[in-house]
Amino acid sequence: MKLYCLSGHPTLPCNVLKFKSTTIMLDCGLDMTSTLNFLPLPLVQSPRLSNLPGWSLKDGNAFLDKELKECSGHVFVDSVPEFCLPETELIDLSTVDVILISNYHCMMALPYITEHTGFTGTVYATEPSVQIGRLLMEELVNFIERVPKAQSASLWKNKDIQRLLPSPLKDAVEVSTWRRCYTMQEVNSALSKIQLVGYSQKIELFGAVQVTPLSSGYALGSSNWIIQSHYEKVSYVSGSSLLTTHPQPMDQASLKNSDVLILTGLTQIPTANPDSMVGEFCSNLSLTVRNGGNVLVPCYPSGVIYDLLECLYQYIDSAGLSSIPFYFISPVANSSLEFSQIFAEWLCHNKQTKVYLPEPPFPHAELIQTNKLKHYPSIHGDFSNDFRQPCVVFTGHPSLRFGDVVHFMELWGKSSLNTVIFTEPDFTYLEALAPYQPLAMKCIYCPIDTRLNFIQVSKLLKEVQPLHVVCPEQYTQPPPAQSHRIDLMIDCQPPAMSYRRAEVLALPFKRRYEKIEIMPELADSLVPMEIKPGVSLATVSAVLHTKDNKHILQPPPRPAQPTGGKKRKRASDDIPDCKVLKPLLSGSIPVEQFVQTLEKSTQHPPVPFLLEQHGFSDIKVEDTAKGHIVLLQEAETLIQIEEDSTHIICDNDEMLRMIRILRIPLSSKLRCLCLK
Amino acid sequence: MPEIRVTPLGAGQDVGRSCILVSIAGKNVMLDCGMHMGFSDDRRFPDFSYITRSGRLTDFLDCVIISHFHLDHCGALPYFSEMVGYDGPIYMTQPTQAICPILLEDYRKIAVDKKVVEITKHIHDNRALRYVELLPLSGTVQEPQSTSNAFTPPLTHWLLSPCILIPSACETPGTSPLMLVDDELEIKAYYAGHVLGAAMFQIKVGSESVVYTGDYNMTPDRHLGAAWIDKCRPNLLITESTYATTIRDSKRCRERDFLKKVHETVERGGKVLIPVFALGRAQELCILLETFWERMDLKAPIYFSTGLTEKANHYYKLFIPWTNQKIRKTFVQRNMFEFKHVKAFDRAFADSPGPMVVFATPGMLHAGQSLQIFRKWAGNEKNMVIMPGYCVQGTVGHKILSGQRKLEMEGRQVLEVKMQVEYMSFSAHADAKGIMQLVGQAEPENVLLVHGEAKKMEFLKQKIEQEFRVSCYMPANGETVTLPTSPSIPVGISLGLLKRELAQGLLPDSKKPRLLHGTLIMKDSNFRLVSSEQALKELGLAEHQLRFTCRVHLHDTRKEQETAVRVYSHLKSVLKDHCVQHLPDGSVTVESILIQAAAHSEDPGTKVLLVSWTYQDEELGSYLTSLLKKGLPQAS
Repeated sequence: MKLYCLSGHPTLPCNVLKFKSTTIMLDCGLDMTSTLNFLPLPLVQSPRLSNLPGWSLKDGNAFLDKELKECSGHVFVDSVPEFCLPETELIDLSTVDVILISNYHCMMALPYITEHTGFTGTVYATEPSVQIGRLLMEELVNFIERVPKAQSASLWKNKDIQRLLPSPLKDAVEVSTWRRCYTMQEVNSALSKIQLVGYSQKIELFGAVQVTPLSSGYALGSSNWIIQSHYEKVSYVSGSSLLTTHPQPMDQASLKNSDVLILTGLTQIPTANPDSMVGEFCSNLSLTVRNGGNVLVPCYPSGVIYDLLECLYQYIDSAGLSSIPFYFISPVANSSLEFSQIFAEWLCHNKQTKVYLPEPPFPHAELIQTNKLKHYPSIHGDFSNDFRQPCVVFTGHPSLRFGDVVHFMELWGKSSLNTVIFTEPDFTYLEALAPYQPLAMKCIYCPIDTRLNFIQVSKLLKEVQPLHVVCPEQYTQPPPAQSHRIDLMIDCQPPAMSYRRAEVLALPFKRRYEKIEIMPELADSLVPMEIKPGVSLATVSAVLHTKDNKHILQPPPRPAQPTGGKKRKRASDDIPDCKVLKPLLSGSIPVEQFVQTLEKSTQHPPVPFLLEQHGFSDIKVEDTAKGHIVLLQEAETLIQIEEDSTHIICDNDEMLRMIRILRIPLSSKLRCLCLK
Repeated sequence: MPEIRVTPLGAGQDVGRSCILVSIAGKNVMLDCGMHMGFSDDRRFPDFSYITRSGRLTDFLDCVIISHFHLDHCGALPYFSEMVGYDGPIYMTQPTQAICPILLEDYRKIAVDKKVVEITKHIHDNRALRYVELLPLSGTVQEPQSTSNAFTPPLTHWLLSPCILIPSACETPGTSPLMLVDDELEIKAYYAGHVLGAAMFQIKVGSESVVYTGDYNMTPDRHLGAAWIDKCRPNLLITESTYATTIRDSKRCRERDFLKKVHETVERGGKVLIPVFALGRAQELCILLETFWERMDLKAPIYFSTGLTEKANHYYKLFIPWTNQKIRKTFVQRNMFEFKHVKAFDRAFADSPGPMVVFATPGMLHAGQSLQIFRKWAGNEKNMVIMPGYCVQGTVGHKILSGQRKLEMEGRQVLEVKMQVEYMSFSAHADAKGIMQLVGQAEPENVLLVHGEAKKMEFLKQKIEQEFRVSCYMPANGETVTLPTSPSIPVGISLGLLKRELAQGLLPDSKKPRLLHGTLIMKDSNFRLVSSEQALKELGLAEHQLRFTCRVHLHDTRKEQETAVRVYSHLKSVLKDHCVQHLPDGSVTVESILIQAAAHSEDPGTKVLLVSWTYQDEELGSYLTSLLKKGLPQAS
């Protein structure tokens, strides 16, 4: 069993697991931090951005200044933003059988994989993951496509040039594989390959492996996956949360008894407590608004925003903010708010019970009804008529490189009355802000990441006790900025195996058994012998049938009745195949009983082709040093019986008869009687 | 011999009070717990005393599964849990769980409203409604405040607590989530399309399984998708058979008929009354009229009884994932259950002049608003009442459908019915074709019919037996069907043994099947099949060598060594695929079989070949001896 690691981003994983005969891709996250190296795409022409000076190498060579611009000491690529794809060369992606999606954030690279690698398999995801994932992709495509940019920079990617560039461009990895955003057509095609699944549904893959999604508690429809055969179990944990927010709680119990647990998607801000961050968010928001300033919240159109809106719903009146307009601007704002209300089954218990009343599970329905929250597809159109300040705006993209947020950064950046509050943990806020510097606006960093922290992880691992843990290398050492915090890493025994991008891990895993079904007729014919207290044995001779990776044992066909001499002869003329495995015998032969059987072998039923059935009347038994010799004088046959061996010597003419007569008493004795 | 036992307590050769007991691999499951709408005495509820006369039901049943929210499938639940005292797990889907308390509540209200004369007489003495009246005493249920508002928070709230939700069985084929009742018993839900949240269930223990369809519909309608099932090959399929003999006209025709009648009445200035229950058909008919109104640009108002519309439709809005694909796809732009043309009804509107369409509850015209409106409109022949569903005997609905035109109302008043009375079945059951289709999809080993009339079942039974060559049963209530099963036994085979076997090629030769030999080690409940060597090794046993040595007499005057050479070259030429060797000591081996030539003690012209092999090589050994016995070819 092998794990191919295609992404180095711990929260946007993309791994391929080869297990038995199947090739399973676990998530396909898209690393969007690459966009931080690009200039923002303004919705409205921005004189500031278009007048940034070009940047060129110190040798005076000016050819780069069309591609690179400088802003407050940082260099940015002036081009359509590009994303860092998972590794596509490490493994032939057309051989991937299935892709398992754990949550909507971890499927953003799906179109790249399903549309351009020859992938012909199936993608499995829950319905909320698909619907919200579609919204995220739709928003992304929309943000990028509505600001057409002719220029696509590539010169700077030249390895010889790149290493001369200032950080962070110099250190950007895999720049040659960076790709522009996909189109809506590719999104639709990719999503059409998804098969919907529900929690704890068992999905058979080729009869060899079973995969099951489990609630992970992180987002609507987010799941961890169990990948198992009858004797091996791999748990894939990705983006899980133990906090009580809107999704269904995490199913921990089903992760127990794993041979391997692959652990990804832990919190990106292990030092921040989400609860206190929400508190800080609210107080900063009301402080700014009360002072007459505007608040900008760069966010994704789904996820934490639901919780923030719920918080504000409770907070608005008590904080005296009921007259302040809240705007949610996204091409998919409406869809996101609507979808959140119809997935009752995927919500936490509290929200589920609301639908019995029937009431919408999220209170943002009421905010919309009472006109406190308004949503718009973009800043153009209705919004410009309704826009009142001071206000609070939720809009994307959290990277601040595209989307309506760019407009508000330009609009509000110059006034210190305004505040931008970062709640999404995916981008470092200082880097996100870099192309807007110098900035007068207040910047508050309240990252809300509800995913597991290291304390929760170690508790979880103690609880579910996997034999081995596999995780991204980032989790096996303290964060680089806090190297003394050894509590900020995974602590388990045996130590976790770590992986990094483009690595192939052999998982410590030996398969020993496979399930096989014994058909009832065969089971009935087995004769178990108890050889130790509680342990029984039965010899099995059966025909193996294998279909769709399922194995069945059927009873051996009955020996063909001698229908005609000719036919039988032909069968015995065939040269037997000696590679066939034969049963082993064990035990010893109780001589007296054996002789008795020989004496009355006529009565011994059923000896199929025995024509003349008679017993042996002239049996002599001699004792030897190691055992006995049985002599059948009439048949000129000598049988040596010892503890661990029996040797039958006779004439050719007698042989066949002898074997036929002896076969049954001998082998049945050896197999059954003598196994004692 | 393991077996599956099925006993219908209700719905056996009958429609109503669906309740079927299934025993499978030691597990007892009750499928549905319905009441009979056509009876008002003891027969209203299934005879639960059949299950156990002495013990606690909860000890006997592993779980109860409810297929959908219609009262003939869940109506006995309150009685069953409050009176009979079952408190084990009850499984149902979320929409069923949300909606069935409301229907129960609706029903209860009709029953406790003493002013409603017509049915109360019949029901006063019956156990069911005594119980319904008893409910408040349990302390968890309050009296309804008013009859007009059916949506006071579900009073039958107790029902919610013991239920276990079955996750969404979406219309999308392939989605069939699974629930584990315990380590052995699994329930899998499939989309049934009959009403919102209706599901079919597969109950599985090990390799044995039963599928119960509940009510289902194989053709999609305005708001729901069609039922589907995968090729799950259950031991038994228990299917409803309401329309066992009919191949129905398409739903489109009935819809057209309905729209035509409504349209005609409205055109001539008449009023249309459609008595409905709050949830289910009402929403489908609303969608139908809504789209028709929009297409035809009709102006006549459509009303829905107060209190119901908004909240009832709200359930549908919140359970969008359970509707059909079209509605799910477009709900963000336009939620099908937000009706533009359907408005809330006010009592005063009934007297307004001009045409209108009114949906009013309850559905059988036995009380409440629908009856009030009916009394106002009955005298005018321009008006029309359309009954879209079944009516219980004794209700006004039942009377007018059976042709009665003079109704005795309270206070000896006689109401003459001049308005047109129409019956239109919109019940969404599979017809004969649909049932056959489902049987074909699931490929069961046996079929059992419930929820239908005996005569019609007989016909369908024959058809199923002919077409699918499976046994078909149709037990009456209280009658038990026993099906012997032969579950296979799963064991673990050591990978080494399996791989060694598979390496020999996958195609078994039908003429001479190859045998796999191994030893099954049974330790507690752990069964492992390993190679004999491994078994011996694991258990510390020695192998017993069984060797045969056979003397073959050959006429050959040459020396032993030369005989051996001749034997060698002969065997070499015959056995091309085998390893034949001539060893330095003069003996010949074929694979592991040893052949030695020796002089005969008495006859110098005869040589004795000693052929020796082990038990494992018996076939080859016997073959060689018979080959050698035929003699050696003459040396050239």
